[in-house]
Amino acid sequence: MNERYDVVGETVRIEGARILATLIRTVGDVQLAEDAVQEATLAALGAWPVTGVPPEPRAWLTVTARRKAIDIIRREQARTGKERDGADLIELTKREVESDAVVQDDLLRLIFTCCHPSLSPPTRVALALRTLCGLSPAQIAGVLLTTEVATTKRLVRARQKIAAARIPYRVPAEAELPERLPAVCAVIHSLYTAGHAPTEGEAAYDVDLCAEAIRLAELLHSLLPDQPTPTAILALLLLTEARRPARVDDAGEVVTLDLQDRSLWDQDLIGRGVALLNDSLERSARQADAYQLQAAIAAEHARVPSYTATDWREIVRLYDLLVEVAPSPAAELARVVAIAETGAVDTALKLLDEIPSSSRRHAVRGELLARRSRYAEAADELQQALDTAAPNHPERPHRERRRNHFRNLAEHPRNYPPTT
Amino acid sequence: MAQYLALTYTADVDWWAPEQADELAEYRRFGVEFADQVTASAVLHPTSTATVVRVEGARGGPVVTTDGPYAETKEALTGYYLIEAEDLEEAVRVAAEIPAAWGGAVEVRPVIVAK
Repeated sequence: MNERYDVVGETVRIEGARILATLIRTVGDVQLAEDAVQEATLAALGAWPVTGVPPEPRAWLTVTARRKAIDIIRREQARTGKERDGADLIELTKREVESDAVVQDDLLRLIFTCCHPSLSPPTRVALALRTLCGLSPAQIAGVLLTTEVATTKRLVRARQKIAAARIPYRVPAEAELPERLPAVCAVIHSLYTAGHAPTEGEAAYDVDLCAEAIRLAELLHSLLPDQPTPTAILALLLLTEARRPARVDDAGEVVTLDLQDRSLWDQDLIGRGVALLNDSLERSARQADAYQLQAAIAAEHARVPSYTATDWREIVRLYDLLVEVAPSPAAELARVVAIAETGAVDTALKLLDEIPSSSRRHAVRGELLARRSRYAEAADELQQALDTAAPNHPERPHRERRRNHFRNLAEHPRNYPPTT
Repeated sequence: MAQYLALTYTADVDWWAPEQADELAEYRRFGVEFADQVTASAVLHPTSTATVVRVEGARGGPVVTTDGPYAETKEALTGYYLIEAEDLEEAVRVAAEIPAAWGGAVEVRPVIVAK
């Protein structure tokens, strides 16, 4: 196991975000605070394996990070000759650790600053991974499929913009929350999606993005328990996570929903997810939002014992609403699949024509054509799905098998019962 | 307090033309309403009146001027407002009231203030 991910490293990384959140407010400078926390982290990683983890690791790290911040400020003053506001330094010499209430407020500030609408969505994701999850630029580059240089540049520009344009370090007013929370939830959701469906390459770094996303969702929900959107995103992630053990077989291949062993689904996570979803729906006066609907779809699947027992009309109804509030090719494709599962295969095939072409659309079209015994065309669609997907797309082996199966059916129609 | 330059990008029109009178009035309304925060502003003649100046080599080198629009684009720089605001969120709130924000776009840039 990666040394960074042992107990000491993990403690330091999780505590790091809390300490960083408060330090940014104290020194008013993201870069400086990050450097100080980084130095404190290195000090801990150097000392703790020898001395053992101190009885109060949080206090140790907090005081060390403040000292490092003072060092950095003094170095900076010596270099530039510029005096800094003395109040900062006094604040930094404190020995007490902030109360949980203060830290929670600071964490919210940090979350809303990282996910500020004036930053581009990829920058928000990178900043969240850096400051809230404590990942290194190399680790971030690994999970976001980019280079370390590009990630570092993006982070530097983001910090410069936060400082120069004065993106406030502040929790939005209660009335602004409905407007600001979707951006925060979108960051968490895209982190989970990136971890859940890697489209290429083995995970080069030992980072479980899904776990990070769930941790952030738990954090946001615990900080804003009365807000329906964070509750819904946590519900969605838990309901999706519940199926994870069944999603990949022993050979590491993706197992599609219809073939998953549902006894592997985590019933505790499903129970919590459903309870959170209900709570979220009760708290929102408005029409259900995209996260609530996606969570409701996941809950509907989780409710029934087998794929064949699925209430597809209810699933279609939920997808109808989802496509209305948050149209996307992915949602429309899933809706078409659900429509086909109600038995309306021809309607589904017609609807497919209106959805932009993609690897997944080819795969879906192939499966639907096969149900109409149009095997040659089905094999052709699966081939196109393979041609247009990344070389190591997780569903590649599955699609290859389906293509070969349809080819056989097309070439030797009598040898196979047309049961697909 | 920080300073932001709000650059307005809109259709490249002649603001003095009679058909622009109504829109120009909208801009004036903005200027009056936010007089406390707008410390300077200007409306520009169309880009067809622009002259691009370059000095070849180094300072003192030959001056080369080019006529007309520097670049042909759908939206051109048509004016600016210098805004004082506490932070970016306040600057964005003010910029969102400039008519160019819905007739085109407003670019908000923080100004470097010498300390």
